[in-house]
Amino acid sequence: MKYQLEVSNITKSYGDLKANDNVSLRIKDSSIHALLGENGAGKSTLVKIIYGSLSPDSGEMKWANNEYSPKSPFQARENGIAMVFQHFSLFESLTVEENIILGLDSVGLNDNFSEQIIKYSKQYGLDINPQQVVGDLSVGARQRVEIIRCLMQNPKLLIMDEPTSVLTPQEVSDLFVTLKKLAADGCAILYISHKLEEVREICSEATILRDGKLVQSCIPQEHSQKELAEMMIGKKLTELARANIAVGESIFSIDNLSRKSDDIYGVNLDNIALKINKGSIVGIAGVAGNGQDELMELLIGEISSPKTTLNFNGQDIGTLNSHERRQLSMFFVPEERLGHGAVPDMSLDENMLLSRPDSTEMTSNDVIDWKKVATHSKNVIDTFDVQTPSSRMLAKSLSGGNLQKFMVGRELIQNPELLIVAQPTWGVDAGSANNIHQALIELANKGSAILIISQDLDEILSLCDKIHVLSEGKLSDAVDMKSKGLEKISQLMVGGKTQ
Amino acid sequence: MNESLFINIIIGISIASVPLMFAAIGELLVERSGVLNLGVEGMMIVGALLGFVVMSHTQNPYLAVLSAMLGGMAIASIFAFLTQFLLTNQVATGLALTLFGLGFAAFAGRGYTEETIQLITAVPIPYLSNIPYLGPLLFSFNPLVYLAFFMVYLVWWFLFRTKQGLILRAIGDNHDAAHAIGHNVVRYRVMAILFGGAMAGIGGAFLSLVQVPIWGEGMTAGRGWIALGLVVFASWQPFRIIFGAILFGGITILQIHAQGLNINVSAQYLSMLPYLATIVILVSLRMRLKNKTNRTVPNCLGRIFHSTT
Repeated sequence: MKYQLEVSNITKSYGDLKANDNVSLRIKDSSIHALLGENGAGKSTLVKIIYGSLSPDSGEMKWANNEYSPKSPFQARENGIAMVFQHFSLFESLTVEENIILGLDSVGLNDNFSEQIIKYSKQYGLDINPQQVVGDLSVGARQRVEIIRCLMQNPKLLIMDEPTSVLTPQEVSDLFVTLKKLAADGCAILYISHKLEEVREICSEATILRDGKLVQSCIPQEHSQKELAEMMIGKKLTELARANIAVGESIFSIDNLSRKSDDIYGVNLDNIALKINKGSIVGIAGVAGNGQDELMELLIGEISSPKTTLNFNGQDIGTLNSHERRQLSMFFVPEERLGHGAVPDMSLDENMLLSRPDSTEMTSNDVIDWKKVATHSKNVIDTFDVQTPSSRMLAKSLSGGNLQKFMVGRELIQNPELLIVAQPTWGVDAGSANNIHQALIELANKGSAILIISQDLDEILSLCDKIHVLSEGKLSDAVDMKSKGLEKISQLMVGGKTQ
Repeated sequence: MNESLFINIIIGISIASVPLMFAAIGELLVERSGVLNLGVEGMMIVGALLGFVVMSHTQNPYLAVLSAMLGGMAIASIFAFLTQFLLTNQVATGLALTLFGLGFAAFAGRGYTEETIQLITAVPIPYLSNIPYLGPLLFSFNPLVYLAFFMVYLVWWFLFRTKQGLILRAIGDNHDAAHAIGHNVVRYRVMAILFGGAMAGIGGAFLSLVQVPIWGEGMTAGRGWIALGLVVFASWQPFRIIFGAILFGGITILQIHAQGLNINVSAQYLSMLPYLATIVILVSLRMRLKNKTNRTVPNCLGRIFHSTT
């Protein structure tokens, strides 16, 4: 068997931290190889070394049996390695065509390039328009741009960093078709993910990292999803148990809520209606950009709506601001962590204090008692396993997943009567996602109501009792999960897209 | 109004707009790369002084203009070093640069306040300049005037017709992404800052070598700030710089000719006009763009780039 890339005994340290400790990995020709691991397991470091943006302290690599030690991404690309980044490396104010040209070292500006882009996009079924400005595109379309940019380099190895984390189920299956076609055409793929279901579906081999060390290389189909997850996190997973769904009386309702977006690229909300009972978990599924952001702003109270459109515990609250809503025991975790959920340039302590509707227990005579604040943050940090040296760290210095754990924990620990949360486990690793899900379920079991807005259909399906689908600003009626609603939900999600 | 007055006004407006055009087109490129350099005024005044000094010693206009450019670049290189390598705050550093430039020029220029030099004169283009009306209007200028228009074209051509220009715009849009695909953010920005310095330097020298034959402390009189406003006014589009510069140049000339035409307004009010106009235009522009996603502003403008790898 021929190997396209062989990585042997790579070590890379940052100070005392060994990001990669003696890691080896071999990728076969024309195969899809998974790289699994939690946040901070060393996946990104390894990939950056392969792509030439980092150089290892020790260890060596072979590319098609030749010595390979790239000094820069340019060299990696010359050899035929291309990469699709997790946080897209696209330029929003430029057109699709300009973005693609920027990633191709040999192409100048005057070449008539659009036709080639269209040719590739047809060949791989990746639908894009070269003249559109990237800022106007949906997340899925942006990823197609990234992939085409890579494919036009005719790579022998394509690295994909968590490609499906932002895609709809339909887009994911389209992507898999493209990837399989690519592998069949002779391009090896290194597929980084923590979604084990997907890995078992398309990858022929998997390498698992934990704490910078190699755990195992295996064939994913030979292990169950649970086994793989436990290899990744190094301990047993708790089973999610939604014990007895004791649904109480109605606590929150949305009625006839419409909003005309003032952003020309925004989505207009049309007559949204929904009811949540105590002790139930309701999910809003849907593809990003179908009105989730607009709806969330109204629910949080960043934007006010007519008084009677929102009702909490019998009180009309449409015009209340978010602080007043928190005082009523409605709590929120917005999707955008930096800027909405947390103040990036303030510490975790300060962010903790700011979100509290009643801060008397952290102040004495209106003067902040930082020690007490720190005890509260410490509590969240310990309970939700937030990786940070101290609660005085700035919010923006935490990795996305860690900050998410802190923000969800910060709200959960208040025992809210109603928790509204968008993308609760976005960018969070499997072990911690499991913890967050468990905590949400416990909260509901105690009788609180939870509204989850998420693009992650698996998450919604495993947690929610009732599911609505948001599509082009319209909310579907509730689908009851007890009566097998999966097919119906997929239809609603896709239906809204194609109409 | 007689013809010669009309022609004089047109020529006057062109002359008044050239320093703004130079300084603004340089700053436009800098801001397109994502850097906000508020030191334009400081770079202009140093250019004005150096151009004047070299002219008075050598009587060589080429050397004078060249040294003005180098002077502007030298001051700009301080800014580049501080902001790109020591990662200082761009607004504070730019302000400091302006104050430093003004102070330095006032100090170094003390011995030259009594001197006068030979102005760089207009070079009418043979034959073409003899065409009635069009000749004096289009073909009888100082070479630096043509250069200013050419630089605007050159910057447009670079930004929108070359790969390097595309990379520069990309860096201004998202420096992390540009870095991730392997482009050298700092190198592009340093080059852009130096170019901005050179342009501000010529802009300054135009004042002391073409407009008036003397050196005076603070003779740039806020033109650097107007140039900064012009970049916003032009919404970072090169050709709009020409329009904006002529508009502001026109207001300056209006102020001079209003006195000649016996319009009875106090001179102080008239000299406020260009600055007042700057504010009015910036505010009205903002009002117009309100509630619209404005893609013309480079996303990374003023943000510090810190490479993580």
